Amino acid sequence: MNDIRLQSQPDLSYQDEIPADVRTEELLVNMGPQHPSTHGVLRVVLQTDGEMVLKATPHIGYLHRCAEKIAENVTYPQFVPYTDRMDYLAAMNNNLGFALAVEKMAGIEVPPRAQYIRVIFAELNRIASHLVAVGTYGLDMGAFTPFLYCFREREWILDLFESACGARLTYSYITIGGVRQDLPDRFADMCEEFLDFFEHKIVEYNNLLSYNHIFIQRTGNVGVCPAPLAVAYGLTGPCLRGSGVKWDLRKAAPYSRYDEFEFDVPVGEGRFGTVGDCWDRYFVRVLELTQSARIVRQALQKLSPGPVEAKVPRSLKLPAGEIYSEVENPRGQLGFYIVSDGGRSPYRLKVRGPSFCNLSILTALAKNCLLADMAAIIGSLDVVMGEVDR
Amino acid sequence: MTFIEEKLNAGIITTTVDWALNWARKRSIFPMTFGIACCAIEMMAVGASRFDLDRFGAGAFRATPRQSDLMIVAGTVTFKMAERLNRLWQQMPEPRYVMAMGACAISGGPYHKFGYHVVKGVDQVVPVDIFVPGCPPRPEALIEGLMRLQDKIDTHTIARR
Amino acid sequence: MLLPDIISLIQAQTAEAVVAASADGLHPHVRVKPERLLEVCSYIKTEPQLNFDLLRCISAIDRPQEALIELSYDVLSIPLNHAIAVKVMLDRARPEIDSVCSIWPAAEWHEREAFDLMGVSFKNHPDLRRILMPDDWSGYPLRKDYQDLTEYHGLKIKP
Repeated sequence: MNDIRLQSQPDLSYQDEIPADVRTEELLVNMGPQHPSTHGVLRVVLQTDGEMVLKATPHIGYLHRCAEKIAENVTYPQFVPYTDRMDYLAAMNNNLGFALAVEKMAGIEVPPRAQYIRVIFAELNRIASHLVAVGTYGLDMGAFTPFLYCFREREWILDLFESACGARLTYSYITIGGVRQDLPDRFADMCEEFLDFFEHKIVEYNNLLSYNHIFIQRTGNVGVCPAPLAVAYGLTGPCLRGSGVKWDLRKAAPYSRYDEFEFDVPVGEGRFGTVGDCWDRYFVRVLELTQSARIVRQALQKLSPGPVEAKVPRSLKLPAGEIYSEVENPRGQLGFYIVSDGGRSPYRLKVRGPSFCNLSILTALAKNCLLADMAAIIGSLDVVMGEVDR
Repeated sequence: MTFIEEKLNAGIITTTVDWALNWARKRSIFPMTFGIACCAIEMMAVGASRFDLDRFGAGAFRATPRQSDLMIVAGTVTFKMAERLNRLWQQMPEPRYVMAMGACAISGGPYHKFGYHVVKGVDQVVPVDIFVPGCPPRPEALIEGLMRLQDKIDTHTIARR
Repeated sequence: MLLPDIISLIQAQTAEAVVAASADGLHPHVRVKPERLLEVCSYIKTEPQLNFDLLRCISAIDRPQEALIELSYDVLSIPLNHAIAVKVMLDRARPEIDSVCSIWPAAEWHEREAFDLMGVSFKNHPDLRRILMPDDWSGYPLRKDYQDLTEYHGLKIKP
């Protein structure tokens, strides 16, 4: 099996055995836009030769919701809810990315309490997002139970979010200048309680899925992405770190007081195959669960009473100019490029969705792989189509 | 006690064909795995641990339209997607139901005014039975929508009108 | 390496390709002549002191008043942890520029997006098609003077 995958050219020796009068041809298989393992409305056209995929061409745009055009027509605070709906699994992180870009441009200083609250929610949302990634990846590989386990813990995080802002999925909690409102009473206790429970559960996921023999067979040595290839295609986040590149924006260019926290940046080590295979990309996410929990614990310690929102003018106008600002999202670097002409809404707003760049490598990764590996490769990239198409 | 039931032994009940058919039909709604956007995550949450759609007999998500009864349009429908959505609906066997989940599927939602690529309401593409409002609707809202669909199925009759 | 040093190095090594530069401000960038873009990009990628190996984003900005379309290539160096943007100004009537896919493969989709939404055409691009919008869509939606179509395949666009 492994020999077939690692060859650069498909094994065509069987063609000699085919009688001369049998005509064979390549078959185009259309996967998606409605397919359970494409995580949304991704369509991939596969050029197949038997079980081998010779070429995979992704077609995107089935969820293009015109966010960039909308941004030119609404004011800055009005655009915050639209950032929720880009990467809907990590809405807090998206809010944070947009808020930071606008604040940097307007010169708004965020109070310390608000900054720590932002870190708490960004990291909790990272945990929630990675739980969905881990759970659905198990689903793609035919393991249903981890999905239920992961969603159980995720619901608990959503309860925490709900207690703070009232929404389960689209929060708009982190706004320009701080956060919408202060934490509810006993939030720190509830959060600690969750973390105590959660940290033991990671062992459970590992026993159930990560070290499962079938799972390793399906993901180890599949979809290998060497580090130079990952950098060339602009991969960021767990996909880049899975290839062994130690690059995390929270360490490299800390924002929102991330430099005050101690945490490690896990990278792929190729424990069950080559560095940068699907298992590595998956396991980096599992390791990041622990690190995010560590950050949340530290941030809870640092919380001290104070205001949670800076004074922001009601009709916020940004000075003319431009900014490109990035944050580390669960899926990679989310960038906001804002061009302002001094008005109340952006002249142009461009979003660099990490999933968009991560998905562009699919053609290169899925060359000469087996048809069944397509689900493993797409799942390991963990794309959210709302962000790919925006 | 009607005349006929007196004649039958215990353990046998009589009912109308409509009631029996609808009873079976409404308690085994197979939805299609058709997540488009944010609402799909809530749809997954409804199927997962806490909310457990299986209690209503609707937890068996089918990956193919040919095996499903209910299409939950969970998310924003774009013009590029609209034709595919219609084709999927055509592939579903009768009786088929469509639930428009969330503001986007109902009317375009937040993308109504400036969304040049967003279909303003999935009812332009396929006939919709149930609208579930919210952005995204809470899982309880989706379950409520499902129960209203069960009510609707209850009114079906095989008699020709 | 500090930003002013990076910019002066680029200015010194790519003879007169740089039109303008800004080291301070929130978006440090060098603006280069469109016909020299490929040369500058391949220099900043291969020069060991710069080593801009990750292309983060290609953004296109429509400026109808000046009859220009601006492209901004945001690049990042992972080993050296510094970032800069390379900008070019194109004629709005015939926006055409060399593709940088040969330098950063990541550019392929970003350039397709700029082509799709802004109508910039890239020379020597391996596969220049619309990426987000349907293939038979007309117009470039992110241009400032874009008018919504009335209908697409029988569906009303304006409610």
